[in-house]
Amino acid sequence: MNLSGFVIRNAFRNRRRLLLSVSSVAASLFLLITLQVALRELTNPINDEGSSLRIIVRSKVSLAQPLPARQMPILERIPGVVAVSPFTFFGGLYKGDEKFTSFAQFAVDPARTLPLISDAKLPRAQYEAWLADRTSCIVGQMTVDRYGLKIGDRMPFTGQLYPCDLDLKIAGIYHGTADDRNVMFHQKYLDELQGNPGMVGTWWVLAASAADVPFVTDRINKAFANSSAEVRAESERAFVLGFVSMWANIKTLIGGISIVVVFALLLVTVSTMSMAIRERFRELAILKALGFRRRELFAFILAESFGLAMGGAVLGAGGAWVLFRSINIQNLTNGLFLMFEVTPQMLGLAFSVAVLLGVLAALAPMWTVARTSVVQGLKTLD
Amino acid sequence: MSDRENIVSIRNLSKIYAQGEIQVTALHDISLAIAAGEFLTLMGPSGSGKSTLLHIIAGVDRPTSGECLVQGVDVTKLNESQLADWRNQNVGFVFQTFNLIPVLTAFENVELPLLLTRLGPAQRRRQVHAALELVGLADRMHHLPKQLSGGQEQRVAIARALVTDPRLVVADEPTGNLDSHSAQEVLGILQSLSRQAGKTVIMVTHDPKAAAFGSRSIHLEKGELTN
Ligand SMILES: Nc1ncnc2c1ncn2[C@@H]1O[C@H](COP(=O)(O)OP(=O)(O)OP(=O)(O)O)[C@@H](O)[C@H]1O
Ligand SMILES: [Mg+2]
Repeated sequence: MNLSGFVIRNAFRNRRRLLLSVSSVAASLFLLITLQVALRELTNPINDEGSSLRIIVRSKVSLAQPLPARQMPILERIPGVVAVSPFTFFGGLYKGDEKFTSFAQFAVDPARTLPLISDAKLPRAQYEAWLADRTSCIVGQMTVDRYGLKIGDRMPFTGQLYPCDLDLKIAGIYHGTADDRNVMFHQKYLDELQGNPGMVGTWWVLAASAADVPFVTDRINKAFANSSAEVRAESERAFVLGFVSMWANIKTLIGGISIVVVFALLLVTVSTMSMAIRERFRELAILKALGFRRRELFAFILAESFGLAMGGAVLGAGGAWVLFRSINIQNLTNGLFLMFEVTPQMLGLAFSVAVLLGVLAALAPMWTVARTSVVQGLKTLD
Repeated sequence: MSDRENIVSIRNLSKIYAQGEIQVTALHDISLAIAAGEFLTLMGPSGSGKSTLLHIIAGVDRPTSGECLVQGVDVTKLNESQLADWRNQNVGFVFQTFNLIPVLTAFENVELPLLLTRLGPAQRRRQVHAALELVGLADRMHHLPKQLSGGQEQRVAIARALVTDPRLVVADEPTGNLDSHSAQEVLGILQSLSRQAGKTVIMVTHDPKAAAFGSRSIHLEKGELTN
């Protein structure tokens, strides 16, 4: 036997308690990581090259307020604007989905959309086919995979925001965008179904360069100021962030829960270690009598406490990492989460928390052991 | 007596516990010399200061005043960590409640004090074997304390006290928790330590029959030596 063998022997003396306390550390750190992953996923807008050039123009009144189609030529003439397309969120329910469809359907003008979706890989022939057929659509690869679709299949949607249903035929399948889920179809088809009201949901505008974006948005806002349909133009990124800011409260909530989790974990670990040391008080006094110095006893306590916390961290954080890599989160959460990725920073956080726990939980027992003399220790009952 | 080396010499030793207004004098102006190889028994009524004296000699407690030289070293002047080293090298402890570490086997319990030394595993094993051999428990080496009888546990504790080959062995009522047969065995071992191995043994006991195993007996009464 050596001194580390002695530490291990001590740690395993009460197996059930060890199991319970390691599990509680593991479960808490697992929860902590899960919260962090969810938080990141909810608050990190997807960043891709295109999104820094794209501008969304919506009604100043509200997002739900449609814009008149006649704004199109005015937008096209604004300096710095390269392309403009209607961009109308249909928000329909896909056949079979009962309450919620996790991918969006946008009505666009296919003839003008191509520059706006320059990152999408779409075979030329499929694009031509889409352009040619007013009731056709293009679908992102993820949705195609999810529902086992192929070109030529029909995609029926029940209108939720609009008083009409769609019956779309798949003309093309694209991939390569930051979110390969969406369906894009003809604004003209939507107009026809509604009896041509001459309105679009929002405008999708492409700026000449990222540097132009602030000027272009400014010019667009000014162009429609004091008109019957004032607009708010913002970069696509800002637009997405605007959605994200709705999550700000959730972010605070999740942050709060994380702190509570860590705190509860601290209490559990501290009390476990105090218990583990208190019941060995007399033994520690004996060790002192045998010639073990304070620093050796400190090392025993610290090693045990550290081992407990680290064991929990490996199980909890490692478990989260392995689990979230192996499950298909997109299917499980109906598309709410896409990646659910445990980042090195999160693992770092979990292990830092564990280190902190290990040290903090050792402090009180170390303090008591330091204060207690051999004679006092011998007088404590077993 | 005078021609033998004194291993312990105590001069004007006092220990006073102050508890607010009340002062408890546990030891009052004790002077005492203990020769090397003696088997000294300390007797006296409960609360007379026997354990306190033993603890000071063994370097786990400090007196209020006076000096206590053990092998020429004034243990009252050593600091905490010097005392720890000194205890490891010079003192073997035997307690009334055997105080073995429950998760360690007899072998490992005896090995424990050696982990603080520079000895390699092979040398440690030899010494542990020898110590367990001496107390007649070589065959119970791999048993845990709970698998041993009280008498056997106390013999393991004696082996633990001996394994570093200290010159001084202190025992506080080592037979207090044992039946008479086991007590005889333990006392026999302590006696042979002093007689055959030349160790100095200091034992606190209430039992005159136990005291009869010693070579000299001193009495404490209210913190003072009587006789
Ligand atoms: N920490 C303490 N605070 C106050 N008084 C103490 C303390 N420890 C011991 N005493 C007192 O010192 C005196 C001597 O105690 P000690 O333990 O040495 O007695 P003892 O002779 O070993 O008794 P016993 O035979 O019961 O073990 C007692 O009166 C005891 O009450
Ligand atoms: Mg006593």
